Amino acid sequence: MPHHNLSTVRGVRDAVAAGDVSAVEICEASLAAVGARDADLHAFTAVDGGKALERAAAIDRGEDRGPLAGVPVALKDNICTRELPTTASSKVLAGYTPPYDATVVERLLRAGAVVVGKTNCDEFAMGSSTENSALGPSCNPWDHGRTPGGSSGGSAVAVSAGLVPAALGSDTGGSIRQPAAFCGLVGLKPTYGRVSRYGLLAFASSLDQIGPLTHTVCDAAILTSVIAGPDPMDATACAEQVPDFASALTGEVIGLRIGVPAGLLEEGVAPEVSGPFGEALDRLRQMGATIQPIELPHAHAAIPVYYLVATAEASSNLARYDGVRYGHRTDRADSLRAMYSRTRDEGFGAEVKRRIMLGTYVLSAGYYDAYYRKAQQVRTLIRGDYDAAFSAVDVIATPTTPTPAFRLGEKVDDPLQMYLADVFTVSANLTGLPALSIPCGFTPGNLPVGLQLTGRMFAEPVLLRTGDAYERQTDWWKRRPSTG
Amino acid sequence: MPDPLTREDVQRIAELASLELTEAEVDTFTRQLADFLAYAQQVEGIDTTGVPPTSHVTGAAPFDRPDDPRPSIPRDDLLDSAPDASTDEGLFRVPRVIA
Repeated sequence: MPHHNLSTVRGVRDAVAAGDVSAVEICEASLAAVGARDADLHAFTAVDGGKALERAAAIDRGEDRGPLAGVPVALKDNICTRELPTTASSKVLAGYTPPYDATVVERLLRAGAVVVGKTNCDEFAMGSSTENSALGPSCNPWDHGRTPGGSSGGSAVAVSAGLVPAALGSDTGGSIRQPAAFCGLVGLKPTYGRVSRYGLLAFASSLDQIGPLTHTVCDAAILTSVIAGPDPMDATACAEQVPDFASALTGEVIGLRIGVPAGLLEEGVAPEVSGPFGEALDRLRQMGATIQPIELPHAHAAIPVYYLVATAEASSNLARYDGVRYGHRTDRADSLRAMYSRTRDEGFGAEVKRRIMLGTYVLSAGYYDAYYRKAQQVRTLIRGDYDAAFSAVDVIATPTTPTPAFRLGEKVDDPLQMYLADVFTVSANLTGLPALSIPCGFTPGNLPVGLQLTGRMFAEPVLLRTGDAYERQTDWWKRRPSTG
Repeated sequence: MPDPLTREDVQRIAELASLELTEAEVDTFTRQLADFLAYAQQVEGIDTTGVPPTSHVTGAAPFDRPDDPRPSIPRDDLLDSAPDASTDEGLFRVPRVIA
């Protein structure tokens, strides 16, 4: 929002609280930016300016003046909202508006946030580029010919381009962190169980987590404090107490032990990424952290294990889209079976079908032990690698992605190449560990590069403290894409 | 590891998954799924003798919530979302299943 120069959650919140600007003015600026730029960027799938302004006016009247009072936010389109359509960017849910709000939405509203709209994503969060959206891809604000990443690509674009100061995404294999890295943002995948998934359209239930995309680590801390915590509607939402994450940001990393899996990094990191990554480690060392090599012996198997587990779970979760209770139904069926299979053929895109097929196959009789059970066993070994590493270090650092944002269209015809780009992000989902991506530099072509920090279970405060301390010493996070 | 994936496998799986695929989709998926499964064979070489499978990663056991009655989403709101439903009868309508 250039008019008010209020691009951060904290900035907006404090300005509204101080009476320097009204929630309505902030909301108008956000809607104006969406109106001016979203035709090119395609961050949003649905915007309701009228409702957003009503809501902002209520904040200005003194209702819901919580820690996010007056802060415009965008929500990935797989998060249920009672007042806006929720389609997961799929034809099978075209026009669907759920009869309830997700728990994270309830909590944002209670904290005073103003929901501006829903953001584009790969269909059912399956993809790394937004190119699997039934509504077409979003563009990276740093280079419109490139992908913003995915699957929470629209959320990343909305924040990166300054349309809203914060957005929520979901992360099943890197879908918050990878677009954050590609768009020069902070993205946090919280610990599995930290945030309720009630109202998140399920993709892979042992991996999915909701989290924020923001410009600053402090903003990510503020949002996570609002959305985290136990929820009677989600049995996997842990009873673990939620600290005030922002108060963990001391600016200190002296004595912090950072592990770097050197063996994993030997495999195909582009020089334009490994350069800024190495410089970020040097900076953290100068700030008082120690950097030491660690081994993650099974990390090379994380991609196949991830895609075996995630597709198996997806094939089960997506069985519910059958044309009976919500969304699309074929008009060419005279039997129940034909209605199911034609509805699903018409409603799902190619990647979703591919994953349902793969998942159904690996769960089917005769293949379950060889693929699915084997993958679950290797998943145990991967968790063991991290447990062992965390006996010697506090945080594990890698680049978030092996390359910067790739070109739209570059990988659409080669699903396996697309999958391989998730090499550094999927392990946090397989293990449940929290992981943070922060901006750590730019390529010679002016594309953002992300640094990923992974911590122990429920160690978000350590990750956020480290990321914030680094952010205070660097200016990467202040750079914005040109609005041309 | 299992035998290589065939076109017939893909057709059988599509039926299990209730997906009506075109001939072209069957061809494409046969190739792409076979590519992935060949790649995934690297897990075969990892010794997992005696290793228990991980199906979830919550540190604690899932908890029970108190079994207290509370309001739920109204039936009519749910039926309103359906492509074909009768709010009067309280039913979803589907093609005839009994001859």
